Amino acid sequence: MTAPKTLYDKIWDAHVVDQADDGTCLLYIDRHLVHEVTSPQAFEGLRMANRKVRAPEKTIAVPDHNVPTTLGRENPDQMPEESRIQVAALDKNAKDFGIHYYPVTDVRQGIVHIVGPEQGWTLPGMTVVCGDSHTATHGAFGSLAHGIGTSEVEHVLATQTLIQKKSKNMKVEITGKLKPGVTAKDITLAVIGATGTAGGTGYVIEYCGEAIRDLSMEGRMTVCNMAIEGGARAGLIAPDEKTFEYVKGRPHAPKGAAFEAALSYWKTLFTDEGAHFDKVVTLKGEEIEPVVTWGTSPEDVLPISALVPAASDFTGGKVGAAQRSLDYMGLTPGMKLTDVKIDAVFIGSCTNGRIEDLRAAAAVLKGRKIADGVRCMVVPGSGLVRAQAEEEGLAQIFTDAGAEWRMAGCSMCLAMNPDQLAEEERCASTSNRNFEGRQGYKGRTHLMSPAMAAAAAVTGHLTDVRELTTETV
Amino acid sequence: MDKFTTLTGIAAPMPLVNIDTDMIIPKQFLKTIQRSGLGKNLFDEMRYDRKGNEIPDFVLNQPAYRDAEIIVAGDNFGCGSSREHAPWALKDFGIKCVISTSFADIFFNNCFKNGILPVVLPAEAVNYLMDDAAKGANARLTVNLEEQTVTASDGQSFPFEVDAFKKHCLMNGLDDIGLSLEKVSAIDTYEERAKTQFPWL
Repeated sequence: MTAPKTLYDKIWDAHVVDQADDGTCLLYIDRHLVHEVTSPQAFEGLRMANRKVRAPEKTIAVPDHNVPTTLGRENPDQMPEESRIQVAALDKNAKDFGIHYYPVTDVRQGIVHIVGPEQGWTLPGMTVVCGDSHTATHGAFGSLAHGIGTSEVEHVLATQTLIQKKSKNMKVEITGKLKPGVTAKDITLAVIGATGTAGGTGYVIEYCGEAIRDLSMEGRMTVCNMAIEGGARAGLIAPDEKTFEYVKGRPHAPKGAAFEAALSYWKTLFTDEGAHFDKVVTLKGEEIEPVVTWGTSPEDVLPISALVPAASDFTGGKVGAAQRSLDYMGLTPGMKLTDVKIDAVFIGSCTNGRIEDLRAAAAVLKGRKIADGVRCMVVPGSGLVRAQAEEEGLAQIFTDAGAEWRMAGCSMCLAMNPDQLAEEERCASTSNRNFEGRQGYKGRTHLMSPAMAAAAAVTGHLTDVRELTTETV
Repeated sequence: MDKFTTLTGIAAPMPLVNIDTDMIIPKQFLKTIQRSGLGKNLFDEMRYDRKGNEIPDFVLNQPAYRDAEIIVAGDNFGCGSSREHAPWALKDFGIKCVISTSFADIFFNNCFKNGILPVVLPAEAVNYLMDDAAKGANARLTVNLEEQTVTASDGQSFPFEVDAFKKHCLMNGLDDIGLSLEKVSAIDTYEERAKTQFPWL
């Protein structure tokens, strides 16, 4: 009998092309997602070495980081020169190397980590890579998915493999049920708050437990998306009926007999009883509160009911970092988080730019107005999410409330395009990073769920969404 | 890729924890389609004010550290985005080695692809080297990859671990893609097998 394996062990073993004596492996890559920012140097490298893309049929490109999210953006004049050059380079590279491509004019264009699952490119048991750290998102399907640098993008383009050493196994279990008003975003932030941003370094995380099983596929994507913020190489969730149901019928998912064959394999993708984990973290689902971040690291997480901490509440190197964060964020220790006034709200990103996220935000905004002096930007994760939100009447709710309803892209999550915070502007954001300058020079970011961001938009300050009544939309 | 064997150089102390890749190279500089030229924008928002003037307090603006080739940093250096622009910017500035207690995974890998050695040492050793680096340009550290040691200006030496394959590639300046393409028959064999095993892919 073979030793019990984790889900990660199984996917890893199925993809080893070659293993050296020291454990260094050549790992096969099933899907390679590409965007405009981290790929131009890789394609240029191929050209200089006179190499081609080994498996163009497994390579999918979409521009997302730089593209404007305003109407009429297909007009190149709307883009700053450097952005236009970068997007044009992707247009050309996709054409020259014959890879799948969703240009900015295609309704299927969107954030690469939303487009992949939506189009059925992401399937259980696969290896998925992209020159973007939030590739971890695809782990929600029980696929081994992680970000890579541009040199590795070039390596995958040329060889369809990566040189890798296996990570250790970490289990993050969320037991029990979530309380009403608590979401996948609260889970993933609470985990990072508990483990720290380096807590997962050297590991691949498998998320499990009743609260994870209870999540929709979209919620699971939100959880896995931020595995990287906990330092992990990847986050995984074992596929189940919800996964198979989600995948079935998508444009690039297998059909008919091929689907049945795939399904019987996918059903073997779980961690065996007794398999070894090198690290285990357990949180009780019912103890997780709606959370927000107060500082400039995603580990700076507190329940919305808490007070802003003081630097002296921390130890070691974190004392200096906390003081720097408080100064940067313009916060006074001891003040209530719910007293923190905001100037802007960003709803979107690969973390929270899917239809369920927009429904959650719309449920709070329905029949309400954005607070005076607050600007609220809603950016769907893809053109198809945008179309669906319009069909469901969500877009109308956003615009009636006074929010801006935008085109799909990464937008103010990393502010490479014109969607940026002004200096010292404070934002309630559904994105994934609150680093200094992330959403704009000297901009101040508080991370939270879409419902919490919508609640802040209505009141003008950080707010416990459970204090506002909501109706299903 | 440039080889890395030994390096004796000025080390800049950056005791801050969680120095992320957005700090190392902010997003506005990711619009380039080149690998070179990012050194002037390394740590841009910490290094310059809004008008582009140098912030004198920032370590790499201080006369003693302008020619630093090593950074001694707080925990979890390079966390966040996968942007290889971070090691490109470090390299372009002249940084060839970063010493910390821990590095984020993707950044760590990206360094090796660019001839930069990330050295992981225990907290006591990092603190010792941080204090040494704080003495300024007269205190030079020596990093010896062959022997896997970092030596402080007073001769105190600290051994470090490094993956044997990564060390081999760095010491010889080897191109990963070339090495992997030598195994193309193994890739062909894998693809043939996968066609039967996973026909839906």
